[in-house]
Amino acid sequence: MTTVTWDREPATPRGPGPFLSVRDLSVQFSTEDGIVHAVDRLSFDLEKGTTLGIVGESGSGKSVSNLSILGLHDKAHTKIGGEIWLEDQELVSASRSTLERLRGNRVAMIFQDPLTSLSPYHTVGRQISEVFRKHKGASKAESRARAIEMLDRVGIPQAKTRLEDYPHQFSGGMRQRVMIAMALVCDPDLLIADEPTTALDVTVQAQILDLLKDLQQDFGTSIILITHDLGVVAKTVHNVLVMYAGRAIEQGTVQQVLREPHHPYTWGLLASMPKLNSNVDLPLLPVRGTPPSLLNPPSGCPFHPRCDYRDLVGPDLCSTERPELSPADGHRDACYLTLAQKREIFNGKIKERL
Amino acid sequence: MFRFFVRRVIGAAVILLIISAVTFFLFYAIPRDPARAFCGKICPPQNLILIRHNLGMDEPLFVQYWHWLVGIFTGRDLVQFGQCDAPCLGYSFATQESVFSAIIDRFPVTISVTMGAAVVFLSFGIITGMIAAWQQGRPLDKIASTTSVIGASLQIYFVGPIVVFFVVDSMGLLPRPSYIPFTEDPLGWFVHLLIPWVVLSIIFTANYTRMTRSVMVEQLAEDYVRTARAKGMSSRTVFLRFAWRGAMIPIVTIFGVDLATLFGGAIITEQTFTLHGIGELAVRAVQNTDLPMLLGVTLVGAFSIVVLNIVVDVLYAFIDPRVRLA
Repeated sequence: MTTVTWDREPATPRGPGPFLSVRDLSVQFSTEDGIVHAVDRLSFDLEKGTTLGIVGESGSGKSVSNLSILGLHDKAHTKIGGEIWLEDQELVSASRSTLERLRGNRVAMIFQDPLTSLSPYHTVGRQISEVFRKHKGASKAESRARAIEMLDRVGIPQAKTRLEDYPHQFSGGMRQRVMIAMALVCDPDLLIADEPTTALDVTVQAQILDLLKDLQQDFGTSIILITHDLGVVAKTVHNVLVMYAGRAIEQGTVQQVLREPHHPYTWGLLASMPKLNSNVDLPLLPVRGTPPSLLNPPSGCPFHPRCDYRDLVGPDLCSTERPELSPADGHRDACYLTLAQKREIFNGKIKERL
Repeated sequence: MFRFFVRRVIGAAVILLIISAVTFFLFYAIPRDPARAFCGKICPPQNLILIRHNLGMDEPLFVQYWHWLVGIFTGRDLVQFGQCDAPCLGYSFATQESVFSAIIDRFPVTISVTMGAAVVFLSFGIITGMIAAWQQGRPLDKIASTTSVIGASLQIYFVGPIVVFFVVDSMGLLPRPSYIPFTEDPLGWFVHLLIPWVVLSIIFTANYTRMTRSVMVEQLAEDYVRTARAKGMSSRTVFLRFAWRGAMIPIVTIFGVDLATLFGGAIITEQTFTLHGIGELAVRAVQNTDLPMLLGVTLVGAFSIVVLNIVVDVLYAFIDPRVRLA
């Protein structure tokens, strides 16, 4: 259970050019049943030192798009289109060795379940220090010292002795700290956190998010935070990207998207969240229908079969033509409703439910 | 570690006790009288009774079993054969030789055959399986997978004579299989056993190839392997150090289970190549209704398997730190 709370003012520092720029990314898997359009012409930018939250239901393409930044998708069955620029380096066309030098070094990743994501056969010390050795060419002693420093930095007590422990000897929260220490050991410019707190209980979740925020302030790391938890988004990110059926459907700063959302799917997401202070007898409001099959995505706006407002737009526009994100900058969304209509519906019907 | 050993040794003793008891009592379910074999063609009933008495076979079954069991530790005085020192497994009804020394004589043969074959099939099976997993979906994988299906159906008694015919008789590449003690001539030991090893390991190699491939493919899809890739570890490191580490556990488990099958295979191999090992003793003991020999061979076979299984359990703790021996 989470609630949307505001605990920081927006801060969107702008550099000269985007630090990470994803342009028209498409990811397709070939499976026995056909081609899965996991990501469809996705574009987004990430500035240095900021956090981008990517939100969406399971199977909306959040994780897949980020795995492809690091080239971690299954190459044999995946087709990737578009461009991913990390400063002046293009990653979709990069060679395997270029990507290997990048992974864990300039771009690091932390995963959802720290128990299965850490090797059960190696000590945490070794798992952390081998990254440092590999990328920085450090000696055994140097990388060991660095591992102790990192464990200490992420708040693991008695880092020196815990170095020799195996992941199963840590608690869930501590394991995720180990994971973060491992990801940050080479001072990456970009950290991709794929649902880092989903497997943790709420108090530990808050600690981990605070830790990520602190580390970002200290090292200026850019973070992509993939989550389906809007409470986490409200607490940690600067900008939000809402994904649906492999596409971006709304984009903006965290206030814009959470305080005044434009897209009917975002309304549904926000309205479906349980609130601590609401009446327990009040039923939760789920988004009507089920997520679309990506084998055969709906024509036009992928959300149209579940949308309550498509009649306001006109007879078939929503089911025939795909809406693009508009306007070009700022708070953007992919919906044919006019801004006035969106405001009216949101203020009239949706706001009271949030 | 100490508690682990005590527990496992007690467990092993109970298993051996049960196996020997079951063998003992099953033997008497066979409607044949071993005393008659000692008696000769014309056998007066009083002689038969005397022989039965000398063999201790006129006592109740439980008492006989008890005497046999105690004899292993204290030795016993057998009227028919004389004094039998501990560890006494009795004397063969068929050949009158001491069961214990017969087994000790032949033990090196069987151990050489089985362990040599194990080395052959573990190395070849695992290496081929790893290559297949590395080349997953590519021609080399398909060749390895197809060959292993064929290999898995090649029986020892079928392949053995063919190999001997070509390699020994026609081409003269290797000497006819026999056993030369390792201590006397290591090279001779090796070349004379090479054919039995290869023939015995064909089926196992095929199975270990398929198994290694599938567990490696499974491991490569694990989260922690993905993490290793996300850390920038090279594909070779990911394959050999991360995925292989996890794949070892199921392989060691299956190897523990396969030990019994391996001893069974050794019996057939020894028969096929007329090697004078424990397998040959076992077959002859069954043919001759030779209870002491049968019991001895069964006990030694079970003992070896139990001991090797304890070794496998200790190996676990080295491979997987989550396993603690306590």
